[in-house]
Amino acid sequence: MDKLKYFVPSFVFIALAILLWRGLYLDTRTLPSMLIDKPLPTFTLAKVEGEPVSNSDLPDEIFLLNVWGSYCLPCLIEHPTFMRLSEEGEIPVVGINYKDQNELAKDWLDTNGNPFSFSIEDLDGRFGIDLGVYGAPETYLVDAEGVIRYRHVSVLDETVWNQEFLPAIAELEARSN
Amino acid sequence: MKTFRYLNYISFSLLFSFGVASGSIAQVDTFEFDNDVQQQRFRTLSDELRCPMCQNTNLSGSTGGVAEDLRREIHRMILEGMSDRDIERFMFERYGDFIFYRPRLTAQTLLLWFGPLFFLLIGGFVARGIFKRAKEVGDIESKLNESQKARLNELIGEKQG
Repeated sequence: MDKLKYFVPSFVFIALAILLWRGLYLDTRTLPSMLIDKPLPTFTLAKVEGEPVSNSDLPDEIFLLNVWGSYCLPCLIEHPTFMRLSEEGEIPVVGINYKDQNELAKDWLDTNGNPFSFSIEDLDGRFGIDLGVYGAPETYLVDAEGVIRYRHVSVLDETVWNQEFLPAIAELEARSN
Repeated sequence: MKTFRYLNYISFSLLFSFGVASGSIAQVDTFEFDNDVQQQRFRTLSDELRCPMCQNTNLSGSTGGVAEDLRREIHRMILEGMSDRDIERFMFERYGDFIFYRPRLTAQTLLLWFGPLFFLLIGGFVARGIFKRAKEVGDIESKLNESQKARLNELIGEKQG
């Protein structure tokens, strides 16, 4: 029993090594959202298409809220996934056109296709700040009551959709039944 | 036309990355304040708040779009008469603890604040143990009588020889 104490330094070393090793692979770039399980902040803005829009115009079912911009290259990468989701009617997708210019945004939608039910135009990024957005693309999962349930930062491709969003949606549906 | 647009993207990204590399240079603020106190508060806040996008710079040193917006928000809130506490809460509610370069004292940051003190204490106890033991060994040696000392030296000599 007494001999055990000679191994204490080794134990401490191993514990520390494991801790630091894990630290090397931590994702420090993705910040946790502060708005999980909180209602979507209120907004009164315009759609990219022109009409005024506010919280009451949002779908009353589970939907995706995708932060995009015509300047945003990764948004082009995730674009086919959103096209598929909306074409197949899997889930409504609402866009937030974040810190963009109206003309460029319209061009982008014309050129690449428009997967969004509509896009909320956040010219000065003020709504983005309320959401805790720190750069496009970001995607929020919002439930039927307008409560934010999940956030994914950066590209949402088919893998992310299958591995992160489908389970989150299944959980939400199980909870509401 | 399309190639030109991509060229535009690339040159913009390049420009942007240079901006990040020289991120420690404070951005020139064109904000107007009512008095120097407000201006000073703006400086302190944007120095102590961290840019959520380009993570190792503060708001005052960052060219990131969101940092620009947050500086504008700080300016607005100061002019609206909000206190530093209110502004910090505003930032916390949106970006969490990450936004603070000086972390708040909470259950989660307890280890961060007092961990070093804790390790210093452990070190102190260990050092005290070592010194105590060394002193005990020294004491035993000085308690030996002459013949025991001679015998001790003989034994040490034997081993070394």
